[in-house]
Amino acid sequence: MEWNMSEQVKGSVLIAGGGIAGMQAALDAANSGFYVYLVERRAAIGGKMAQLDKTFPTNDCAM
Amino acid sequence: MSKHPRYVDTEKCIACGLCAEKCPKKVDDEYNEELSKRKAIYIPYPQAVPQKYAIDSDNCLYLKSGKCRACEKFCPAGAINFEDKPETLSLDVGAIVLSPGFTTFDPTGIRTWGYGEFKNVITSMEMERLLSASGPTEGHLIRPADKKEVKRIAFIQCVGSRDLNKSHNGYCSSVCCTYAIKQAMMAKDHVKDLEASIFFMDMRTHGKEFERYYERAKGLGIDFKRCRVHSLEPVKETEDIYFRYIDDRGKQIETQYDMVVLSVGLCTPPSAMELAYHAGVELNEDRFVEFSSFDPVGTSRPGVFSCGAFSGPKDIPQTVMEASAAAADATRLLRSARNSLTRTREFPPELPIDAEPRIGVFICHCGTNIAGVVDVEKVAEYARTLPNVVHVGRNLFTCSQDTQDTIKNIIKEKGLNRVVVAACTPRTHEPLFRETLKAAGLNEYLFDMANIRNQDSWVHAGQPEMATLKAMDLVRMSVAKVGLLSALPGIAVPVNQTGLVIGGGIAGMVSALELADHGFNVFLVEKSNVLGGQARHLYRTWKGEPVEPALHELDARVRSNPLITLCLDSTVAAAEGFVGNFKSTIVGPKASRVVEHGTAIIATGAQGYVPEGEYLFGSSSRVFTAIEFDKLNMMGDRRMKEAKNYVFIQCVGSRCQERMYCSRVCCTHSVQAALELKEKNPDGEVFILYRDMRTYGRREELYRKAREKGVVFINYEAHQKPVVRAVEPRRMEVEVWDHILHEPLRILTDIVVLATAVIPNPATAELADIYKLPIDADGFLQEAHAKLRPVDFAADGIFMAGLAHCPKPVDEAVAQAKAAAGRAISVLSSTSINLEATKATVVEANCDGCAMCLDVCPYKAISLVSVQGTAGKLNSRVEVNLAQCKGCGVCQATCPKDGIFVAGFSLEQISAQVDAALAG
Repeated sequence: MEWNMSEQVKGSVLIAGGGIAGMQAALDAANSGFYVYLVERRAAIGGKMAQLDKTFPTNDCAM
Repeated sequence: MSKHPRYVDTEKCIACGLCAEKCPKKVDDEYNEELSKRKAIYIPYPQAVPQKYAIDSDNCLYLKSGKCRACEKFCPAGAINFEDKPETLSLDVGAIVLSPGFTTFDPTGIRTWGYGEFKNVITSMEMERLLSASGPTEGHLIRPADKKEVKRIAFIQCVGSRDLNKSHNGYCSSVCCTYAIKQAMMAKDHVKDLEASIFFMDMRTHGKEFERYYERAKGLGIDFKRCRVHSLEPVKETEDIYFRYIDDRGKQIETQYDMVVLSVGLCTPPSAMELAYHAGVELNEDRFVEFSSFDPVGTSRPGVFSCGAFSGPKDIPQTVMEASAAAADATRLLRSARNSLTRTREFPPELPIDAEPRIGVFICHCGTNIAGVVDVEKVAEYARTLPNVVHVGRNLFTCSQDTQDTIKNIIKEKGLNRVVVAACTPRTHEPLFRETLKAAGLNEYLFDMANIRNQDSWVHAGQPEMATLKAMDLVRMSVAKVGLLSALPGIAVPVNQTGLVIGGGIAGMVSALELADHGFNVFLVEKSNVLGGQARHLYRTWKGEPVEPALHELDARVRSNPLITLCLDSTVAAAEGFVGNFKSTIVGPKASRVVEHGTAIIATGAQGYVPEGEYLFGSSSRVFTAIEFDKLNMMGDRRMKEAKNYVFIQCVGSRCQERMYCSRVCCTHSVQAALELKEKNPDGEVFILYRDMRTYGRREELYRKAREKGVVFINYEAHQKPVVRAVEPRRMEVEVWDHILHEPLRILTDIVVLATAVIPNPATAELADIYKLPIDADGFLQEAHAKLRPVDFAADGIFMAGLAHCPKPVDEAVAQAKAAAGRAISVLSSTSINLEATKATVVEANCDGCAMCLDVCPYKAISLVSVQGTAGKLNSRVEVNLAQCKGCGVCQATCPKDGIFVAGFSLEQISAQVDAALAG
């Protein structure tokens, strides 16, 4: 999709949800030169993955 | 956006935990799936970020009834703020990424499972917490009813998935089969002689390395039973769980387990549906974000993207890929505003330092964490007696913001040129203190941390006197080392802001376009004379979108993009360099040239397995691979027109000894083709002979439809493969063991379609050799981390996309291609990269070029060079590439001549530390 870039384009991204997806998206956007607002409903980021004990198929610690 | 009050000032909170200790209100802990209690003021979990407390306003006694405020009374940092109010913020942003995640299916109230009623029936999420060392039982596998250790455990699959009766979820949740295997494995690890059984319909281990994982689980004695469990019942006296099932011989078995785990599926939580509504994004009938295979992170609203389980159930690597893809797509629209809102911290110029050390020691109380055990005053007094120490301070919390200002001022006032902080772990806090040094005009490497909390007060809480002595030892060691440290200059390497993409299939084209759309120059190298790769053989995606028009569009966009230099009939023959600074030799039909680039994306695709000699392939003109079948069918081949009966055979070349992996795409393809044949000719018979139908995620809908339309599915086992015989000139007989009738079934068919494996492209291994990249046991590219870095290599600046990584459908290849581009963009969008200065450094006088360090360096950062020696002789010695060196120190440990050391960890510095340790 291409559209005309006006002067008002904002160099910021809102990311709603601070689980593993939101965290990765936030890091990539910020490291590419954009200001990120990472919004999370709970008192800490981490989401469902933080609740997992190990991850398959390597049995690495999820933390 | 509304911001909920936290009632705790995160600037002041030092996470000492006193508030929670004093809080009188106990609440079910949602982190532990309500299997344990937390307080109304809490940290969600021990490793939470931010590591700051919060008050749960629904449960706080003061906020509910106006009485208590115990936390406020006891907080040593004055961080409690009951005046905190909800805030409504209005943000002006260029794009939005939605990643609200999933919730697990709640089986409460479904009589057949008895969850909530029978205490020893738990969900897999609860199981996850029971297995965790930080969980309610500290990892002991004991059952909820009577705390008895579990000896027999059963997992029931597809609870709230593939089930339109007891749930509204017709889809497969994609991850439960493999997580059940993981939980059974871990449970066996926790309890010796544990008997674990998994009751399943189809074992869906379709991800990378999952099939081997499944085989490993079988080898560990985990019992897999293909059957549906009708319902569970409690055994009154023992609280065990009883149920019946039909085994693979058709016999009814009665059984009992200590505990049953329901493998619950993934659903979209109501809060995420609300988010979708507010964001104006359409959800499909399964309540997931609707997307197109060629735009897998897009939504119905331009400028709004989604990633993770919000667009369908998926595992972590796929989620991480989509996240990088969403970041790339969201910022593509904003590229003209890159770096317009980001800020970089400014630091004063570095002051020159005297050779004579002037050391400052800051000792942290960490509330009572350290000071409650260690006599910090005594440690401070002792520190004053150490050589070169000119200042000793104590702080309640050395990490607090006001203490940083204090430290900065003391450095200036007292002319400190080395700093020691005796506190917690450098892992979390060293970066903060290094910033403080920089802010004071000191080189950040003139610093050392003594860990007197994690390695002292916490582990020796019962022996305060010994702990105090150990704290003194640790401080003495740090002081001895820090005095010998010297300022290390910052290292920055320039970045060539050009990308290279190898492979012109769908993944390569998407990656190249993403880079170009972000404004970067790209070289796209394709071996053949056409673009499109394997996708040229595909007819449509699993969602039914035709592939050809999409390919045409991509092809046209690639060819017309002025930033993309397309190199057809070309291969990469040689490469050198490192992140930001690669040089690759591209050999074309007429000439070869060397291109310089900052990043590379490997998207070399895969091939179809040729089943020579299997199932009459090659000898019968009516046995085809799936790709051949699609083509002939589309072209209206006579054999297809005349045929009435079709047999599809799954797993041809996949999931076998030679290729212990699932090819992921073939089940869905066969089901889709069968469905179409059945729709065209309802009287014809279509059979699918399969091992496990792996129509994961929303592909399950196709499987359900195919069964409804009368496609016949027959399960076969690997040791009892179907046999194809030519019986009539134009017909074949397929024999397969029928598990229901317990006799061989013979099917007369006109056409046999073989669902052949996706196998690695041999060119990938050649390329991996050129760029020194790892290949996995199956011949696919090996990512840096199976979960968290699914498109990265361990080497910086090189990424992967598409089938070269592992078999996958178009939508997943496109997502990975966008992700690889996104990861590359995070490198290309800067003109230089700052590196840690703790790098291997060659001592030229001592190195004699024996090259022992070359072999041990895990990052291939060391090379041998010739230098002009005395009397015209050439000497050899080693050289370190600073961008590739990670400062691990293996070279230093190997060198027999003190010819190489890691800056900041020289033999002299470490020896001083060791001597100081022994001097106590």
